[in-house]
Amino acid sequence: MEVDQLQRNFLEYTNLLFREGFLDGQFSQLQLLQDESNPDFVFEVVSLFFEDSERLLNDLTIALDQQNVDFKKIDAHVHQLKGSSSSIGAQRVKNTCIAFRDVCLEQNAEGCLRCLQQVKQEYLLVKTKLEALLRVRVPHLFSLEQQIVAAGGAIPMLNDFC
Amino acid sequence: MSSGLATEMEFHVLAVDDSIIDRKLIERLLKTSSYQVTVVESGVKALEFLGLVDDENTNSNCISNNRSTHHVEVNLIITDYSMPSVTGYDLLRKIKESAMLKDIPVVIMSSENIPSRINNCLEHGAKEFFLKPVQQSDVNKLRPHLMRGKCRTQNQQNIINKRKPLEECLSPDRTTRFNDLALVQ
Repeated sequence: MEVDQLQRNFLEYTNLLFREGFLDGQFSQLQLLQDESNPDFVFEVVSLFFEDSERLLNDLTIALDQQNVDFKKIDAHVHQLKGSSSSIGAQRVKNTCIAFRDVCLEQNAEGCLRCLQQVKQEYLLVKTKLEALLRVRVPHLFSLEQQIVAAGGAIPMLNDFC
Repeated sequence: MSSGLATEMEFHVLAVDDSIIDRKLIERLLKTSSYQVTVVESGVKALEFLGLVDDENTNSNCISNNRSTHHVEVNLIITDYSMPSVTGYDLLRKIKESAMLKDIPVVIMSSENIPSRINNCLEHGAKEFFLKPVQQSDVNKLRPHLMRGKCRTQNQQNIINKRKPLEECLSPDRTTRFNDLALVQ
């Protein structure tokens, strides 16, 4: 595939993710911090986000499975997830966490379980999309970024096409 | 040498955050400004690094004996507010209570926009309060605090150690920038 076309696909896909609200401006900030001296920066931050989120979602599942639900603990976990999703620009995950915290304040276990399902769903959605955009953990699947680099191109930034 | 004082000085920033993602972010942001960066994951680790061992039996101003032998100079501390055990606010208070460290500028970061929290931190000596996610534009605000801090420390250090006067550390064309300091004659 032509480099130009790949680059346009990458940008179109990124734009789509922005339009659909999966990502917000913070993700662009991450891209700005990536350069020749830190070529894997976005991938590294997003990978950390995946690890951290999976840990938190696991802790939340366990916490909500207890006889006596510790709502303070749940709030603390959700606060952390809200923070990290905000830091990478995962807007829908962040918004779901905000709603989750409100339900947690009401000390409503049923409500919290529903919120947890929602967060998990949003997390999996954004994870799939980000993996498509960046280098994926499954080696045989080529992400758009890998294809561009393999074709000898540079990863385009939104401003390149303005 | 034509380069001024600002380019010769290397600022060392200590960043404190319990979030692994935010640690990565703040480290990268600080490094783009060419600062030397040390990142720690808790208030406790920050206190240890600064030589302020949080011991219930001793005065909080007590500095461990090792400090004089491996002095690590920190020019600015940027810390998250919400951390378990020792919060960013606790850290701020301890630093300002310490004779050795009180002049180091402290900046607080928080994901929550709570005016009373912000005011409280600023009233207790924080130089800036950044809302997360922290941006490059926020980090750009650190430089003036670093410039001011370094020069004051240099001045005090010279007086204490009776080293060469400050004017020898500054190239002549730079002295006029620091007009709130008296040069040691």
